Amino acid sequence: MVLTVLLIIRLHNLFAIVMLSGIFSLLAATFFVVVDGVDVAFTEAAVGAGISTVLMLGALMLCGRTEKIPDRKTVLPLLVAVVTGAALVYGTLDMPYYGDPEAPIHQHVAPRYINDSLAETSVPNMVTAVLASYRGYDTLGEVAVIFTAGIGVLVLLSRIKLGRRKEDEDAA
Amino acid sequence: MSHHLVVRVVSKLLIPFILLFGLYVQFHGDFGPGGGFQAGVIFAAGFILYALVYGLDNAKRIIPEKYIRAGVALGLLIFAGTGVASLLMGGNYLDYSVLAEEAPKGQHLGIFVVEFGVGLTVASVMIVIFFAFAGRDHQIDEKEE
Repeated sequence: MVLTVLLIIRLHNLFAIVMLSGIFSLLAATFFVVVDGVDVAFTEAAVGAGISTVLMLGALMLCGRTEKIPDRKTVLPLLVAVVTGAALVYGTLDMPYYGDPEAPIHQHVAPRYINDSLAETSVPNMVTAVLASYRGYDTLGEVAVIFTAGIGVLVLLSRIKLGRRKEDEDAA
Repeated sequence: MSHHLVVRVVSKLLIPFILLFGLYVQFHGDFGPGGGFQAGVIFAAGFILYALVYGLDNAKRIIPEKYIRAGVALGLLIFAGTGVASLLMGGNYLDYSVLAEEAPKGQHLGIFVVEFGVGLTVASVMIVIFFAFAGRDHQIDEKEE
């Protein structure tokens, strides 16, 4: 995974970068399988490696295959990225270790989900029970976000297509 | 794309299984890993593979674009409608317990319906976005592979 990231940073060929990011997603999916997040792995493999690679290729059709090399080096973005990253890493220092049973997340509502969700929802898969029932509002919001994204793309790209057709007709 | 025989044959073999796996993840999500989000993207990925191999026009002939656009809204409507249904039957919004005589059964039913709505919206949005990108340039079908 580290190797693909380094290559993505170094390369200027956008086609290769898109392919590498697909490979990165596949590797990330295997990582999720290792930490028992099988459903996250599904999503990562299908969206990250599959659909988004296809969409990126579609975008490449429109903008060319090689990256434009910027004419001046900018320090400020690098600085902002480093500072933000350092702040995030500093924040993780306070977090409990991965899998620590004393962690706050395992103390609050998780025992109730584990003990009662089967009796309360009769759905053996706890993740589904939490996602659709206990956290129904969150999921509704997520679906609304996806809906909005789809509508947004539809509105933006369809309009461009219409405009183009008109221009073509005018030219003809 | 018509000359890529291997790709055509292999994807013809694979696509039914991808779509079936998507449906399995959707409707078996109560028992195994998965659910509406995963099923939606798997189903959409299978369909997009078909569109890549056999061309956009063939894909649009299978599912006309207006149905997919309707699916985008319909999925969210099913989700939100389930909430309204539970309101009408005397519970809180998105409280599925009132949907059947016994609370667990109602929960199960509600989760099932809601997951179906999620899957429908996710799959439709993915396909819609793909169509929107691919439809901009008709050469994409031949140039990409």
